[in-house]
Formats: sequence, C-alpha cells, structure tokens
Amino acid sequence: MLKRTTYLSHSYGKPDAHTLGNYEAHGGYRAARMVLSTMTRERAIDEMKAAHVRGRGGAGFDCGTKWSFMPKESGKPHYLVVNADEGEPGTFKDRTIMEQNPHALVEGCIIGAFAIGAHAAYIYVRDELHLSKERLWGAIREAKERGYLGRNPFGTSYSMEVYVHTGAGAYICGEETALLNSLEGRRGEPRLKPPFPAQVGAFGCPTTVNNVETIAIAPTVFTMGGDNFSKLSALHDWNDGGARLFGVSGHVKNPGIYECAVGLTLRELIYDLGGGILGDGQLLAVIPGGSSCPVHRADEIVDVPNNEKFAPYHGKSFLDLPLGVDTFRGAGSMLGTCCAIVLSDKADPVLALHNVMRFYRHESCGQCTPCREGCGWIERILDKIVQGQGTVEELNQIHEIGSNITGNTICAFGDGAAQPALSFVRKFRAELLDYIQTGGSHQTRSLTV
Amino acid sequence: MTFALSAEQESKFQEILARYPNKMAACIPALHLCQEANENWVSEEVIAFVASRLELSTAHVTGVATFYHLFNREKPGKHQVWVCHTLSCALRGADTVLKHCEKRLGIHVGETTKDGKITLRTAECLASCGSAPMMQVDKVYHENLTLADVDRILDGLQKD
Ligand SMILES: Cc1cc2nc3c(=O)[nH]c(=O)nc-3n(C[C@H](O)[C@H](O)[C@H](O)COP(=O)(O)O)c2cc1C
Ligand code: FES
Repeated sequence: MLKRTTYLSHSYGKPDAHTLGNYEAHGGYRAARMVLSTMTRERAIDEMKAAHVRGRGGAGFDCGTKWSFMPKESGKPHYLVVNADEGEPGTFKDRTIMEQNPHALVEGCIIGAFAIGAHAAYIYVRDELHLSKERLWGAIREAKERGYLGRNPFGTSYSMEVYVHTGAGAYICGEETALLNSLEGRRGEPRLKPPFPAQVGAFGCPTTVNNVETIAIAPTVFTMGGDNFSKLSALHDWNDGGARLFGVSGHVKNPGIYECAVGLTLRELIYDLGGGILGDGQLLAVIPGGSSCPVHRADEIVDVPNNEKFAPYHGKSFLDLPLGVDTFRGAGSMLGTCCAIVLSDKADPVLALHNVMRFYRHESCGQCTPCREGCGWIERILDKIVQGQGTVEELNQIHEIGSNITGNTICAFGDGAAQPALSFVRKFRAELLDYIQTGGSHQTRSLTV
Repeated sequence: MTFALSAEQESKFQEILARYPNKMAACIPALHLCQEANENWVSEEVIAFVASRLELSTAHVTGVATFYHLFNREKPGKHQVWVCHTLSCALRGADTVLKHCEKRLGIHVGETTKDGKITLRTAECLASCGSAPMMQVDKVYHENLTLADVDRILDGLQKD
C-alpha cells in the first residue's frame, strides 16, 4: 500500500534542512528532552518495542528487543555505535539523513544511548561521505551549544556525548563486528560471535550497533508513541511497524529516496514512485534491497502455500508482496536495506551478475577461505563466460561454490556474496548458457538502456 | 625525512585523541590527518609517527594502513578522481564515464597523469546510486553526470 510520509524527509531539498533552527521548528529535541527527564531505561525500551522498528541496516532485527539485550548494570561503560558505513550496492538512504536531517540522528543517539545505559555514542561514517561528516559535526556542535549534549543535557544529570568516527574505505566495515574492530583502530575484520556486542562490543564493553535510519527514527517513535508509530504500517500485524525510507535506482525514470509507510510493494516503488522503466524497455528483474539480496524476475510468483499469513499473496505476483522483513524472508527472499535496483530488459543480466561478483571479490576481507577463494573463483568463471569461453561445467560450479560459501564464514558477507550468484544462476540460466554456447549473441551485451 | 605536524594539525590530533577511551582507537583518524598533511599518502615516516604517538607497533599501524583502500601507500596525483562502477552506476553509464576519463586524461584506471595532477580510480558503491552515474573528486561528489560535465570537471582540475 502506497502511503507517503515525511517524518525523516520533511525538509529534504530545503537549503536549511540540516540546521537546528529548522529541526526545532519541526518539533525537534522534544522527544529526547521528554525521555531524559521523565522516562526510565526500561520504559524507553518498552516504547521502542511497541513501535516494531525493524533494523534498517539489512538484517531487520527488532530494535527495541536489541536494546533490551544490553545488561542492566555491567560496571563498565556502555556504548551506542551507529552504523553509517552505508556501502551495500544500491543503498543510498542513510546519506540523505546525515546530509539533510543530521539532527534526527543526533537526537536519536541521545534517546538510544539513554535506553541502553550509555553516555557516549559513536557514529561510524564511511570516509567518502565528507558532507555527511561535516553536517553531523555541525549538528553535534549546535546541540552542544544549546545544552542538549554534554554534562547536563536538557538540565538533567544524564551526561551524553556524540562523536563522529571515520572509516577508510572497506565495505566489510559495515558488518557490525568488523565495524567495532575498525572503531578500535584495528583492521576491519569481523569477529567471531559469541560473544555478542551486547556483552563484549566496543573497547570490550557492552555495545549496541544500530543503523543510521533505525536511530534517526527514534525521535518520531517517542513523539508519536510506539504503538501509534507501529500502526502506520500495513504490516503492523507482522510486527513490522512504522514508516521508512525506500530507495530505487537503476533503470527507472525517477530514481531516488521515498519515505513511505511500511507495506509498500515493489510495483509501487518501481512504477508509482520510480516513474516506471527508463527508455522503452520492460521490467526484467529487480533486486529488492541491496545487491546481497536475491534477484527476482518480473514474472515471479509468490509461492508460499498452506500459510495463513501468506494467503493474500500466495499465487500472486512478487511485485505485489508488501516490502517487509518477514514477508520477504517467508517468500524466500530478503528485504535488505529496502533500496531496490531495477533492470530493464534492454540490459544484460549476465553482465549485471559479473559486475556484482566483481564487487564481492574486491571487498572480501580475506579472513575466511570459502569467501576469499569462492568469490574470486566465481568472478574468474564469469570472466570466462562473458568472453564466450565458459563451459557448462563451470556454470554448474558457480552453484556449488556459492553453496559452499553460504553458512561457512565468520560473518554474513559470505551469504551476501552467494545470494546474488545463486539466484542469478538459477533465474538466468538460459542467458548464461547463451554466452557459453553462442558468445551471448542473443543478449544485449550492455548494461545501459 | 621525518614527518611532523604543524601546530594547527597538532591541535586536531589532540582533539581526535580526546574522543576515545584509549589511544589505539585514534589510529584511523590519525592516519587520515597525517595522510592529508603528507600530500595524500602514508609513507613509512607517517607510519612511524602514528605508531610512536599512539604507542602502537609499526606492524600494527602498517596492518591498518594496508587494510583500508583509502590509505595511499604511494603518492597520488594532486587531485584524485574516483568513478563509481558498481551496479546501479553501471546501469546508468559508469563505463562510458570511465572510458571517457581514460581517453581524455590519456591514462588507465589506477594511473596518474604525467604532470602529476590527476589520479584516476574506480570506486565501489559510494551511496549515490540514485544519482548515477557519479564520481568523487577529492572530497566532493559529482552526480547525474553527463560527458559534458565530466569534461568541465576534468578541465578545472587540469588548470588547477
Ligand atoms: C557485509 C555486511 C555489510 C553491512 N553493511 C552495513 C551498512 O553499511 N550499514 C548498516 O547499517 N548495516 C550494515 N550491515 C548490517 C550490520 O551488520 C548490522 O546488522 C546493522 O548495522 C544493525 O543495525 P540495525 O539493527 O539497526 O539494522 C552489514 C552487514 C554485513 C554482513
Ligand atoms: S552504485 Fe554507484 S553509488 Fe551506488
């Protein structure tokens, strides 16, 4: 269901969008003031739980539940770490918040840190996002001057500091434990879990890692009340609440970020918001939420029989399945970051897969053998295939290699790399075979339209 | 040649240190600061400097500097240009932009123009997929590029 909202994006495009003045004119910092002056930690966590904010970073974990994993009294400092490493191919939503609504993130940090018993938040921003860093530091300065951060925020005795930390170019640092290593000044290699960050996170202390958007929506949740927020969503019954940022890029007429209530469908995202397919082609396929999600062909059908919750969708087009964490998971897909990449039928899916696998080979941190070797191997096979020199055996090997990466690595990068490989190979086998048999003479051999 | 920070850079260094509960955490921001102060590259002298100031081994700092793509271990051109070539950008013509840059600058990706002005590189998704094709020039994003835009931008860099 298409329902536009403007909780985060109310000022997008306005020249003063990022300023404290504008933010306060839209009710900013009232929620943080209320939380710090009137709520207990437990009460704040309950409010967030009622909102059913599913993590916006890709895994979709319930935010309030994650906050509740933090120990009550650990005798150590607690930390909130905000994941602003945004690097999942196709994903460009967090950057809009940091550039155009940085105070929402700063206010969210105050609320989130309070709820987990932390007095400091680190926002880990990838280095390339220079404007984001500048805007965040600017917002932190403004908030400090106004007495919203520091020793006595809003006149309370709950001290609070927010810092911006910067990465140095590595997609893997978006993985939360790699991010923690990077924050600590180490190589950004993922850690084995357990221990989980809530026990041993940043600097050996209890830590919660949340995505930018997850935290930036917190002020809205506390302004509206958790339950009211959750009910904005068409998937409230699925415990997938509220509104969020949806992105669409690739072959649509109007690529961009659109804030909507949860429950939007891919068809609405591509045609109503994205303006339909660029050029004179038709929709070939869509990757729903960043390149680590499986690809879906335009004619795919939702196939979840004997499940009451899926009764309204079973047997219907995948494009009409509401974009939700569990709707997509249940249908054998993944929601990811809710930023879809759209391919027209004038584009060549084999080249698209080749591009995606080059990315994963380049970004594998190299710690785990299946991922390090597997990503390189798949890319080499695809190198041969696109040059018309691949074999059917090698094509079948991609499936085997992908399956051997899945579940056999320290972090979820491996699964994220295998998903596109496995799904493209399954869904575009004819096109891949055409490259093997005829050098791709029936394919467009172009990625652009 | 030993590496040192100016008074202004030194105060930034102190500001960085104050953000963290220990010195090691300052490693990446400190390397950024020193790289900028050292014509955009991390030399052995920079490594030794950061290691000694943060009380880390040079092996640790080398390990960090080599892990992250954005630390240059060789001196790059005066300006660095990154063309994003990941999927969303590729679908909107990143390849054409890249080839155009190569032709115009007379270099391949990864190389620096003879006059030392421009280093051309590719980048992986820069979170600008909705405004593809795009490129980053030093610290600035240029989005929704046409080839005429690319010409204008490169012209400006070459004249600088
Ligand atoms: C390879 C990899 C890259 C990731 N990149 C990001 C990222 O750029 N931003 C992000 O918020 N989460 C990213 N994640 C997910 C994080 O590990 C983590 O789940 C998330 O930050 C938790 O926040 P949330 O619960 O608020 O979504 C990545 C995960 C993996 C495995
Ligand atoms: S693919 Fe180029 S910015 Fe995302």
